Amino acid sequence: MTEPLLKITGLTKAYGALLACDGVDLDIRRGEVHAVIGPNGAGKTTLIGQVAGELRPDSGQVGFAGRDITRLPVPARSILGLARSFQITSVFPRFSALDNVALAVQAHAGSGFGFWADARRETALREPALACLERVGLAGRARVPARTLAHGEQRQLELAMALATGPRLVLLDEPTAGMGREDSARMVDLLAGLKGEIAMLLVEHDMDAVFALADRISVMVGGRVIATGAPDEVRANAQVRRAYLGEDEAAPC
Amino acid sequence: MTPRQAILFGGLAFALALPVLAGALGLDYAVGIATRILILALAGIGLNLILGYGGMVSFGHAAFFGLGAYVVAILSHHETMSEPLMTWPFEIGGTDAAILAWPAAMLACALAALVMGAISLRTGGLYFIMITLAFAQMLFFFFVSLEAYGGDDGLSLFARSSAGPLDLHDPAQFYFLVLVFVLLALLATARLANARFGLALQGIRDNERRMRALGFATTRTKLAAFVISGAIVGLAGALMANHTEFVNPSFLSWQRSGEILVIVVLGGMGTALGPLIGAAVFFVLEEVLSQWTQHWMIIFGPILVLAVLFAKQGLWGFIESKLDRHD
Repeated sequence: MTEPLLKITGLTKAYGALLACDGVDLDIRRGEVHAVIGPNGAGKTTLIGQVAGELRPDSGQVGFAGRDITRLPVPARSILGLARSFQITSVFPRFSALDNVALAVQAHAGSGFGFWADARRETALREPALACLERVGLAGRARVPARTLAHGEQRQLELAMALATGPRLVLLDEPTAGMGREDSARMVDLLAGLKGEIAMLLVEHDMDAVFALADRISVMVGGRVIATGAPDEVRANAQVRRAYLGEDEAAPC
Repeated sequence: MTPRQAILFGGLAFALALPVLAGALGLDYAVGIATRILILALAGIGLNLILGYGGMVSFGHAAFFGLGAYVVAILSHHETMSEPLMTWPFEIGGTDAAILAWPAAMLACALAALVMGAISLRTGGLYFIMITLAFAQMLFFFFVSLEAYGGDDGLSLFARSSAGPLDLHDPAQFYFLVLVFVLLALLATARLANARFGLALQGIRDNERRMRALGFATTRTKLAAFVISGAIVGLAGALMANHTEFVNPSFLSWQRSGEILVIVVLGGMGTALGPLIGAAVFFVLEEVLSQWTQHWMIIFGPILVLAVLFAKQGLWGFIESKLDRHD
């Protein structure tokens, strides 16, 4: 068996007495969509934060593409091919959609210390950026300031920015959050189109999206992974049904 | 010609004709005032780089203004006294040559900014404001206690810097030299705003967390901006030392830091021309109001508050929004 792309071992993070992550083991294979589900407060966001590098684990390791990246700062992880989209839309509001994506391209293309040449005329930045916008279906909105895009479009833009960094793994923190049914379905289609090409760690509350996309699902409850497996196995797992899926059915969220 | 171009060309023509106009109208002192405004504008342009484009609120930029001024004054002092500045490990004498003293001032400020930035940029928000203020205060008290160079009383320059064929004692020549520096700084800012570095800086201002996730080593970018900013403000200080032919620790006071901040905020953060407008309006308001009452800040304060409330991008931003409506 080949080495997994992302290998999380014994990851632990406590906030005071609260163990947000309690010895989490998880791995993601190349090109795999791995969903992490669980009730609110299960530690999913804390897990993403540690993989992205914004939170330092108390113990445990994060390995990426055969390297230990546990202590690597956020930008260096991005350079290695680890991208993320945020739960709360984080586009640059004053820049156009194309500017937003071009900035993502710039981070991975040459020096950031150009003081004179107009970066908005660099085809080496603009063309790949436009290609990414096309990929998420926003090419027609390239010149529109990001702040005037609709919410669903901003989430698409967010995804285009992640793609522009040429990632091997994307951390998706609730990509369909706050979306209507239609936008949500479009996002799922987009992500499905990337399946196999880019691995994804998907944190999502929308079970339709999870079961449509995931190759494997891990269920987190109280900071622990209580089950990992193919969607059908997880759906059938009694412990999971008790801890999570049953609750979810009863209490819409 | 668009209204914007008309304003720019009109302003430039006025700036170029000012010494002649002033002479013709018998208002010779106006050249000195305009020089002073331009020097303050240059300091504002330096601060605007990190404040307007980078979102870093430095309350310590007077440190660079004063340091730049002191470098020129101290080098000139040693030249006048024919005393070497240092003899070990190698001898360095004083100088009154602009070509040496002014880059030295910028270099000293760049180094100071490197140290100040490396420490203060580890923090953000209010802490950043406080640490930059603390650094400036340290330097302020350093120069107060520096008896060899006048301490509290300051240091007079024997003469303005020598600059080859130029005679900087001639108000018009000095004015034009300062104008050239300001125009260069404006051009550089306008270019920078759309260059890779400038776009990255603006991205950091709007969402640093996102920039890091995209792969930008943001601290390095911010530090580079901070160093460039310090060097530009240092040049402004070097020019001001020449203008007043005198320096004292008040060049580094926190009030001076506040003044530079006000110039940028009033004129328009993150707009190339903002600091120039800000410096002009600030100076004129100060002159007019302080003739009226000694407590002119009581009137200036509310004006500033209103300007910030009603023109979020400052005066130049306000003008631009009107122009855009017409375009």
